[in-house]
Amino acid sequence: MDMKNMREYMGWLYYQYLLITGIYVLEPWEQSIFNTVLFTMVAMVIYTSYVFVPIHVRLALEFFSELVRGQPESTVALMS
Amino acid sequence: MTESEGNKNEDCHAANGVKPGRNGMVKNHHHHHQYQKQEKVYNAACNGELYSRPFIESFEETPMLVAVLTYMGYGILTIFGYLRDFMREWKIEKCHIAREREEQKDFVPLYQDFENFYTRNLYMRIRDSWNRPICSVPGATFDLVERSSNDYNWTFEYTGRVVKDVINLGSYNYLGFAENTGACATAAGEVTVKFGVGVASTRQEMGNLDRHEELEKLTASFLGVESAMAFGMGFATNSMNIPVLAGKLNHASLVLGARLSGSTIRVFKHNNMQSLEKLLRDAIINGQPRTHRPWKKILILVEGIYSMEGSIIRLPEVIALKKKYNAYLYLDEAHSIGALGPTGRGVVEYFGLDPKDVDVMMGTFTKSFGAAGGYIGGKKDLIDYLRSHSHSAIYATSMSLPVVEQIITSMKCIMGEDGTTVDPPNRLFSPLPLNQRWQLQQTGSTGPSGPGEVLNMTNMSLTLLG
Repeated sequence: MDMKNMREYMGWLYYQYLLITGIYVLEPWEQSIFNTVLFTMVAMVIYTSYVFVPIHVRLALEFFSELVRGQPESTVALMS
Repeated sequence: MTESEGNKNEDCHAANGVKPGRNGMVKNHHHHHQYQKQEKVYNAACNGELYSRPFIESFEETPMLVAVLTYMGYGILTIFGYLRDFMREWKIEKCHIAREREEQKDFVPLYQDFENFYTRNLYMRIRDSWNRPICSVPGATFDLVERSSNDYNWTFEYTGRVVKDVINLGSYNYLGFAENTGACATAAGEVTVKFGVGVASTRQEMGNLDRHEELEKLTASFLGVESAMAFGMGFATNSMNIPVLAGKLNHASLVLGARLSGSTIRVFKHNNMQSLEKLLRDAIINGQPRTHRPWKKILILVEGIYSMEGSIIRLPEVIALKKKYNAYLYLDEAHSIGALGPTGRGVVEYFGLDPKDVDVMMGTFTKSFGAAGGYIGGKKDLIDYLRSHSHSAIYATSMSLPVVEQIITSMKCIMGEDGTTVDPPNRLFSPLPLNQRWQLQQTGSTGPSGPGEVLNMTNMSLTLLG
């Protein structure tokens, strides 16, 4: 029962996507081309984010924590 | 309602006629808010003098997201259009659409503008939704011929089936007079048997029959003008007579007539009275373009209900402007005659004005009367001038008699002169403006066919209610 609702809902979502992008009016092979191109671009975005986002997040955290830690160290150095 | 009228009288004596700051705002929903605020405090200042009851029209603005997504959709489809054009150019795909011949390639291209690109690549894909053939009378319901396409709408085949009783929301059959049974059809049938269908002559030669004279007298009394003249085609009424009236003195017929007249054309913003007043003042102050000599005549061309938008003209203000600047008014009531006003006399009655204020009242019999043709009404000497000078009267065949009979019968029904066939006119017409305004507000300016859809929906509800 849940699978049937799920499939119906996915079908409706796909229909909405066809209507909003205007692909609904195109012939099936044109729809396939567009879907392929779009899917490829989305896949590339996901892959890039998978590879690079952890590294970037780690570097950003290091940068900001260095700022915070660096403060008391330098003032201590000045005092003494 | 009564207290607002009382307040209007004491407020409006100071200023004169039209005050541009209060009305004619382009964004109508702002006007709606402002009008309501005024109404609470001092009841609609000077416009109250012109309008016998509040006239509020608002059209929804398109939401930003919808607009952006629409443009994005257009962009995607344009890219695919270019792809298909490329394939057609390189003969990968067969080209179904008209193209120039090889010998004409050096001339100015006929099919390269964006309109043809749009038709080829976008409209063709979806054109099975329009121009669908029907096979019955377009009454409250009609029968649709089914067709299918194997090559994505380039060619159609009939499946042989007929879809019956489709609800009609788009005809011009506003009052339901276009039927094949009933008083109008019977009268038209009798006349066909007696006189035949064709008149075989122009109005000025041997085509002026007594039924034509009666039609014109009836039309003049229906409109409340001195005299009227009827023509065989509504579009031709405008395009053939405006040159006669305006020369040497929001539809395509008005534009064509104005262009054919050879006079200078200025366009004011849709239903915006400030813009109209500014144009009038500029025209009077500056005169003709190079010589600055004064204009002999200024003709304001407006429509009762704009066929593209479904909005009603602000007639009291236009008449006030016309009187102030001594211009002439040509009112095209193609959609509003028979449909607006307590007894169906059109937009002039809707606002409670005097028909003598409008110099030329033009309309068509196509919509509310269920026939074909147009008329022009006005002062007697104007109509006499048209009778002798109109291109339609000189060259075009006169209206055929069954059509004339249909108009006479339906007009008499509306006027209540033979109230035996239809309910009394008051009951037929009073719901129309309220529903129409509500419908116009709901469908707004993005509604597909404006007045046609609106008024037929009302017709439908009347028919259903019995």
